Amino acid sequence: MNAQPIHFKPSEGFRERAKAVVDNPFLRQSFRGAMDFLMTKRAAQFPDAEELESLRTLGEHIRQYNLGKLPDLLVQLEENLARNGIHVHWAETPDEANAIILGICQKHSAKLMVKGKSMVSEEIELNHAAEAAGIGALESDMGEYIVQLAGEKPSHIIMPAIHKTKEEIATLFHEKVPGVEYTDNVDALIQIGRKVLREKFLEADIGLSGVNFAVAETGTLCLVENEGNGRMCTTTPPVHVAITGIEKIVEKLEHVPPLLSLLTRSATGQNISTYFNMISGPRKPHEKDGPTEVHLVLLDNGRTQAYADEQLRKTLQCIRCGACMNHCPVYTRIGGHAYGTTYPGPIGKIISPHMLGLEATATMATASSLCGACAEVCPVRIPIPELLMRLREESFSAPHAKPAMRGQGAGYKGWVTAIWRVWAAVYRSPALYGMATWLGSRFRGLMPANQGPWTTVRTPLKPAPKRLRDLLRERA
Amino acid sequence: MSARDRILAKLRSAMPAENLAAPDVAGWYAGHRAVESSADKAARFRNCIELAHAEVHAVSAANWLKTLWEVLTAKGLTQLLVAPGTDHGRSAIGHLSLTGIACRPYDQAIETWKEEMFHRVPASFTGARAAIAETGTLILWPDEHEPRLMSLVPPVHIVLLDAGKIYNTFYEAMQQEGWKDGLPTNALLISGPSKTADIQVTLAYGAHGPKELVVLLMGEDA
Repeated sequence: MNAQPIHFKPSEGFRERAKAVVDNPFLRQSFRGAMDFLMTKRAAQFPDAEELESLRTLGEHIRQYNLGKLPDLLVQLEENLARNGIHVHWAETPDEANAIILGICQKHSAKLMVKGKSMVSEEIELNHAAEAAGIGALESDMGEYIVQLAGEKPSHIIMPAIHKTKEEIATLFHEKVPGVEYTDNVDALIQIGRKVLREKFLEADIGLSGVNFAVAETGTLCLVENEGNGRMCTTTPPVHVAITGIEKIVEKLEHVPPLLSLLTRSATGQNISTYFNMISGPRKPHEKDGPTEVHLVLLDNGRTQAYADEQLRKTLQCIRCGACMNHCPVYTRIGGHAYGTTYPGPIGKIISPHMLGLEATATMATASSLCGACAEVCPVRIPIPELLMRLREESFSAPHAKPAMRGQGAGYKGWVTAIWRVWAAVYRSPALYGMATWLGSRFRGLMPANQGPWTTVRTPLKPAPKRLRDLLRERA
Repeated sequence: MSARDRILAKLRSAMPAENLAAPDVAGWYAGHRAVESSADKAARFRNCIELAHAEVHAVSAANWLKTLWEVLTAKGLTQLLVAPGTDHGRSAIGHLSLTGIACRPYDQAIETWKEEMFHRVPASFTGARAAIAETGTLILWPDEHEPRLMSLVPPVHIVLLDAGKIYNTFYEAMQQEGWKDGLPTNALLISGPSKTADIQVTLAYGAHGPKELVVLLMGEDA
């Protein structure tokens, strides 16, 4: 298992964070509005149900086929990247990944790193590590820039600042960006961000990015984006460092078009993103721009644990489109921050336990009505509700010798199991059942008025004065 | 053991004994994407990229330089970044220099003129290698003559596209051109001007890249 320190325990305080959002009509409206917008846009991209279903089947097949030979593909990718002149690094833990990236920064005496959108860099908390090492780490995706300026974390993997209104952003820019007058005109706000960040692209020593697909046969890193900041980060600074989870690999270039189509249509309802950036090496001798050095960091951080179990491996099929969040009734009501993890929503609930251990994440899998909307829209058909059931089982079953997951049994309580044992025994025996209901109807007045979560929104439960068998006997 | 060896060992010990058969990508495209005529492809390309806020002008081999000049004049642009090592770049230099538009050649490494590129270049002109009808996408393969920042930094990007080089799908483009056997340092798909919806899902153009994308679509019948 990974010897990774747990930075935070998402399970702690989850209910309180969720309640705070549910009680805030402003935030509720923000999330509801944005999710409705994204759902409508996605639906418009898939007018033909047969096409959608067959493309999802193909997407699932491509992802499962590639996971089926993942170690071979990683080696092939490494060879081809090396042949193309890209340095490959491997990290088992976030600390190792941070050390690798900061090592590259220090080798180049870097002062500033500009970052394209990368959830994996959030996962390893690179910004904090860089700050501690005295290196500036600046987010350049507009949403990420806003969130960083506010000292927050993204609340959605595709739309990081979805929880903020334009007025809040206007105030933020006015207070934090020198010389900026208050304006809540969205175009003007974007132009302010553009101007500030352009200077930083010029200045930066290192450009950091994530990876959407890494192609093993050609040694190519593919990035999907609309803004152009990803291209800036991978083209302008002298050194480009990409970081990705080990699962985002495809064997063949021809696997990319179907996944790209599923990704952009599912994520934001676009038939394609503005930019699709395919990088196969650093600047060649006669080329006039592009980084002279390119690195790729391959991160495990619990992914090998998910891989080891046939059912849990399906978690790794994910292409990070965020459609499961957009369609989740729980996410829509509590927003991304309540989860307390880098990846919120349904995908967050099934991937985070592998990264943080079940000790920290046991209650996450219970924040679901198992309505199944996430599985229905997942472009690669991850059976999310099934996986949530499995994680509940792993969290709350008695600890055993050969657990499939770190922290198995973390939520186990002996007395709860004992109560259910008694309940089962009573229900199996007609005599015991008769006695129990007789006692219940006689002592019904002793039921407490406060019955925990039940009585927060309902009247207290009380056994009926007459049992069903008594009523039937009276009728006879 | 290194991190690499440990990760690979963990994966290998858990690898399924028998993998699925390779996915049939070709079969899916054959069954779900029509092969259209050149005219239909050009129309579909144009429609899609216009929906993404690009400006498209139909031109011919005979008049594209005139249209290029008209576009620049209409936008009040007097300076254009060009690639002197390309045919279209040389033609643009030859024609535009007579009309009072200053052509700035991208002829040296970016390190020597980064400030100018980021602050004082209002527009650029490049070719496109090909395009994709399905999504309204330009395919650019930047090289030593036409470097990658040309399509990213200047606020207006003008692209010359030969309508005969439009593929039905991305898949068809990479298969027919044999991309897997040789990709450039940086291959790009561009489907409109730079944009973002990160503030209250309100669409805004010109986030970090070009605010305007102009396509000169060169056909025979224009």
